[in-house]
Amino acid sequence: MLLRHTPLKIQDRKALSVNPAKTCQPIGAMYAALGIHGCLPHSHGSQGCCAYHRSTLTRHYKEPIMSGTSSFTEGASVFGGQANLLQAINNIFTIYEPDLIAVHTTCLSETIGDDVQQIARKARDDGKIPDGKHVIHASTPSYVGSHVTGFANMTKAMANYFAESTGKKKNQINLIPGYVEPSDMEEIRRLAELMNLSTVMFPDTSGVLNGPQTGRYKMFPPGGVTIPELISAGDSMATIALGEYASGDAARTLDTKCKVPCKILDLPIGLQATDRYIDALRKQAGTDVPTQINFERGQLLDIITDMQAWFYGKKVALAGDPDQMIALSEFLVAIDMWPVYVVTGTPGKIFEKRIKEVTRNSPYPVKVKAGGDLFLLHQWIKNESVDLLIANTYGKYMARDSDIPFIRYGFPILDRIGHSYFPTVGYRGGMRLLEKILDAILDRKDRDSPEESFELVM
Amino acid sequence: MAIQDEKQCSADLEDLDPQEVKNNLINKYPPKVARKRSKQIVINKIEKGRQVPEIQANVRTIPGIITQRGCTYAGCKGVVLGPTRDILNLTHGPIGCGFYSWLTRRNQTRPAGPDDHNFMTYCFSTDMQDREIVFGGEKKLKQAIEEAYNIFKPKAIGIFSTCPVGLIGDDVHSVAREMGEKLGINIFGFSCEGYKGVSQSAGHHIANNGIFANVVGLDDNVKEGKFKINLLGEYNIGGDAFEIEDLLEECGFTLISTFSGNSSYDYFANSHTADLNLIMCHRSINYVAEMMEKKFGIPWMKINFLGADATAKSLRKIAEYYDDQELIDKVEEIIAREMPAVLKAQEDVRSRCEGKLAMIFVGGSRAHHYQDIFKEIGMRVISAGYEFAHRDDYEGREVLPSIKIDADSRNIEELEIHEDPKRFNPRNSEEDLKRLAEKGIELETYNGMMSDMSDGSMVIDDISQFETEKMIELYKPDIFCAGIKEKYTVQKSGVPMKQLHSYDNGGPYAVFKGAINFYYEVDRMVNSKVWSYIKAPWQKNPELSARYAYE
Repeated sequence: MLLRHTPLKIQDRKALSVNPAKTCQPIGAMYAALGIHGCLPHSHGSQGCCAYHRSTLTRHYKEPIMSGTSSFTEGASVFGGQANLLQAINNIFTIYEPDLIAVHTTCLSETIGDDVQQIARKARDDGKIPDGKHVIHASTPSYVGSHVTGFANMTKAMANYFAESTGKKKNQINLIPGYVEPSDMEEIRRLAELMNLSTVMFPDTSGVLNGPQTGRYKMFPPGGVTIPELISAGDSMATIALGEYASGDAARTLDTKCKVPCKILDLPIGLQATDRYIDALRKQAGTDVPTQINFERGQLLDIITDMQAWFYGKKVALAGDPDQMIALSEFLVAIDMWPVYVVTGTPGKIFEKRIKEVTRNSPYPVKVKAGGDLFLLHQWIKNESVDLLIANTYGKYMARDSDIPFIRYGFPILDRIGHSYFPTVGYRGGMRLLEKILDAILDRKDRDSPEESFELVM
Repeated sequence: MAIQDEKQCSADLEDLDPQEVKNNLINKYPPKVARKRSKQIVINKIEKGRQVPEIQANVRTIPGIITQRGCTYAGCKGVVLGPTRDILNLTHGPIGCGFYSWLTRRNQTRPAGPDDHNFMTYCFSTDMQDREIVFGGEKKLKQAIEEAYNIFKPKAIGIFSTCPVGLIGDDVHSVAREMGEKLGINIFGFSCEGYKGVSQSAGHHIANNGIFANVVGLDDNVKEGKFKINLLGEYNIGGDAFEIEDLLEECGFTLISTFSGNSSYDYFANSHTADLNLIMCHRSINYVAEMMEKKFGIPWMKINFLGADATAKSLRKIAEYYDDQELIDKVEEIIAREMPAVLKAQEDVRSRCEGKLAMIFVGGSRAHHYQDIFKEIGMRVISAGYEFAHRDDYEGREVLPSIKIDADSRNIEELEIHEDPKRFNPRNSEEDLKRLAEKGIELETYNGMMSDMSDGSMVIDDISQFETEKMIELYKPDIFCAGIKEKYTVQKSGVPMKQLHSYDNGGPYAVFKGAINFYYEVDRMVNSKVWSYIKAPWQKNPELSARYAYE
């Protein structure tokens, strides 16, 4: 057994985290920053943070992940990291020539209290930042929140640093897609464009982290939201933000700073959440929903109609990021599956409330935990098993030990491809999710059926 | 850049002047950066037998240069202690450090039975929050240790400090002592905060110190068996250690411990009963070897099991050391048995790989060791460098006395080791040493990488992203070996990239069968069809020659 030490008996743990369902803020900030065109993320701390974040993102995307680091030594940790950051800014603009550097902090630089904004001002005063180039920053202490918080903080920094209100509204809306895959961001924008809306979407990692093999490496690929677009976000008609945890703060910042009204929705995962997204777009656009979108919705519904026998009544255990878990749980309920255990590592009060809300009609008692870990989830499963497990790659150890059908979903996925290319948002994304669920469940049935009831047609 | 049609003529090395290449690597840098980097980029030249130019290594990384280096915590928890299955490794800090070092290094392990401890699939962390940053984390650490003990009942717990721990002044060592006494198990701490030293190398040293001071020598039971050895600096990536263990066992050696691939706490505790330490990765583990020599009188020998010739050479060297005819015969018998398949594979792969160019930037030691394998299939390693090694790994241990100890290295504790009053037992008499010297068997030496590289090859320490891109552009190598962070920038440039930290998903590559495995891996990569597809047909022939007309 791979997780041979996980006991049935659940002991209360107050200090020990085992097999976390989250990681730290800076990696989320680094991912978000890669969604700005021409941006080099920069990690202000020990170089190990940067190495770990780059490695994990690289394994998840199988794409180059570039970032600078301030490479703190013991001296910098005692005297502050100003000299390191100034030198880094100078080196990065000289050697790699990005349009902007997006600095995020670490537990180290936060603990010693480095003021990145002041250091960036000094860099500007010292002439280390070429004209027309930028240094932005987000404070992302690793000992607060999770990678989702870091993503939210960097996304908010984009609005904070760039968005300007000229007083003249532009016929466009802001889309804040949340901590989702490049493929999802692409799909979120495609749906908005089908509704005839002009959009500024930030961050936007599509085209950056799912780029083509061309035989030529480009440190700054064509994708990403541009700085002029970010500036214009302050003049947009409205903001549609997806996922309270990852996008809420940025949306509210735009509202306060530039008086751009915002609507914060769930991630458009599954039927109803996508319905709400499309409806919001429709109201914003003031037009009818085009045939194409109705067609896609109908296709999703068709799969649910045709295959409901396989979904009906199945119990599911889920672990992942809060915005995803909320929308996904709602989708599972919509297709007559029952999320029975739902865990996120990210702390936050609304999570448990929302999960309880979407599963309120469940025939089973639903166990839900924010700030939980995979060890606890596995203990729940060992006490009473489920028909399906949905989690990131670390879930496969539980799935193997407890022999449960398993779908990789969330971050990180280190052992399969697809997530960066094929969305799970929108109606089409819903179809992909259903295909994955059916594959997992039916492959298991094929494996386990006795010969006489092994079926050709399913 | 290096796409297929241009690559055909990539081996035209004579046109490239190494000095000019070096200028190309550094002339875009700000002057201070260029000055520093120019000392870390050396054009190799071997004089008077083995003398090589001086290279600057193990110095601070330049902020913002885009390095591939990691930190002290990564070297300590991730590299050296990570592969030990039955020590419960508890990270004291915010969640990230523990999360990123959870199962990501591909160390394989094989517990003896279903009830044996194996914590490698688990990640344990105190998940430090802001209240601990403000009020201190010792209380939470103590409680976490207690909870870990109550649930998992490990025989030992290691505590690994992350950056904030040192800053807020948590004393992990006193917590370890206190909790060890309370729970009656061995608990020890590592002050491996990420900001210490200049790379993961400092973490190796701290791990060596900790394991030596707290575990080695706890079990004096002498195992039965002849030719008792420890294998040091082998981490069982992709199953390498399994191959080596099987081979050593077949030869008749008794393996007392491995530091630390496929290892267990009990093996470390007993490791001082061995006669000889064999070192694979000199950089990460030479400290333990030296300390074992000083305290217990165990000599060490540098060996290499990567590459068939290197494996044969190493086996012969160890057999010669023991000077036992039966052992020598057995080793020769095994080499004779294994080599035909190796030679057959070499010949086959050579026909497709001969003359192709490789670059290796990893480690440690692998940038050196893997040069042997490439040579065996006729490939040329035109540039290599380490990520975190020291001058002795490049130039040989003779330079040790002349290495200046800078502030960053001084911060890493050097344990003061004395002969153990009861257990010190020099394994070789004066006569033995004389005999070994006559046979040319060198103990406690490592000649470094550069003396094995050809004149004019580029040796680059802590290569930056910019330099990586330039080297690929200028040399158009047929394969580039490095780590995960470089992987896709290289492949997006149209050059196959082999990870030599984690082996991608491959391995084992050690000893004879592993070498064959690696030959074919390189063959698959450098001769892959995929590189011929990069240009679409219409990009190759963009002219429009005909059109359909319906009018």
